[in-house]
Amino acid sequence: MGLLDYFRSSRQSSASIAKERLQILVAHERSERNKPDYLPMLQREILEVIRKYVNVDQDAITVTMEQDDKREILELNIILPEENERKKPKRV
Amino acid sequence: MSRIIVVTSGKGGVGKTTTSAAVSMGLALKGHRTAVIDFDVGLRNLDLIMGCERRVVYDFVNVINGEASLNQALIKDKRCDKLFVLPASQTRDKDALSIEGVGKVLNELSKEFDYIVCDSPAGIERGATLAMYFADDAIVVTNPEVSSVRDSDRMLGILASKSRRAEQGDEPIKEYLLLTRYSPQRVKLGEMLSLEDVQEILSLHLLGVIPESKAVLNASNAGTPVILDEKSDAGQAYSDVVRRYLGEGVPHRFIDEEKKGLFGRLFGG
Repeated sequence: MGLLDYFRSSRQSSASIAKERLQILVAHERSERNKPDYLPMLQREILEVIRKYVNVDQDAITVTMEQDDKREILELNIILPEENERKKPKRV
Repeated sequence: MSRIIVVTSGKGGVGKTTTSAAVSMGLALKGHRTAVIDFDVGLRNLDLIMGCERRVVYDFVNVINGEASLNQALIKDKRCDKLFVLPASQTRDKDALSIEGVGKVLNELSKEFDYIVCDSPAGIERGATLAMYFADDAIVVTNPEVSSVRDSDRMLGILASKSRRAEQGDEPIKEYLLLTRYSPQRVKLGEMLSLEDVQEILSLHLLGVIPESKAVLNASNAGTPVILDEKSDAGQAYSDVVRRYLGEGVPHRFIDEEKKGLFGRLFGG
């Protein structure tokens, strides 16, 4: 290691920042990659059905798809609101 | 039976055409009958890098449309009689390439050639997806730079899902990493992703490292594939790449900085 390297080592190199950013991004994009195209549509339609009965937020529902060698798991997660906000107001 | 190689990257300007020209010339110099096809319809450039731009009469799209025969469109290289170039069309019609048309041309070429090198355009539009669709092997050209690495990873996803081999459930396309414009000096300074960093992220079989080199621009200026510049670092690196692709065990070069004198070592520049 040369003299200049000694002073440089106090700061994180731009290459190591690049590597960290890439590792996070690539891992995320790979997990997105295997999802079927219909997921966003599915999510929207399920949300519409649920909203007929319960007041839920736009972002209260998450749909994820996981895959391993043997099976695919479609996971549906809906967060219901507090009891008193739950009832859909009656239409006039 | 011929082998179809796609040279791809996603990102533009990383060295796909330089690589296509060098690798196809290298294969031909080894005695293999080789055709190199420019898939960049509308932005033809392989002809210029190969130095045959003034000999283009018919192109890939003419052949697909039956306006010319394959033999009329193929340009025989003046330096190596085993090498033929199929130039892209300059049409602005985005739908000029069809899967059937490309399949037909590749099928015809595979009767006469040992290797068919497909020079993919940048992006993920039709030209790029068709260039890889029929491939047996893929050379993923990557620069040690964030956007290039990300795009390469994206291309790997497409190679794995949208190729003929994937659709027919055959053995997947063999994917190779070619790291280009590599500067060991900058890697040492922590200014550039190292070969190991890129390998860790993409986990691909390494075909070779092409150093950042003045020889590449000089070669394209002259219309000579850089592999013919045997004295240059990039030319030698491409020769190694071709030998490795053909199965020879060639140690990797141009990965580490050249030895420096005492002064250089002391100041680590």
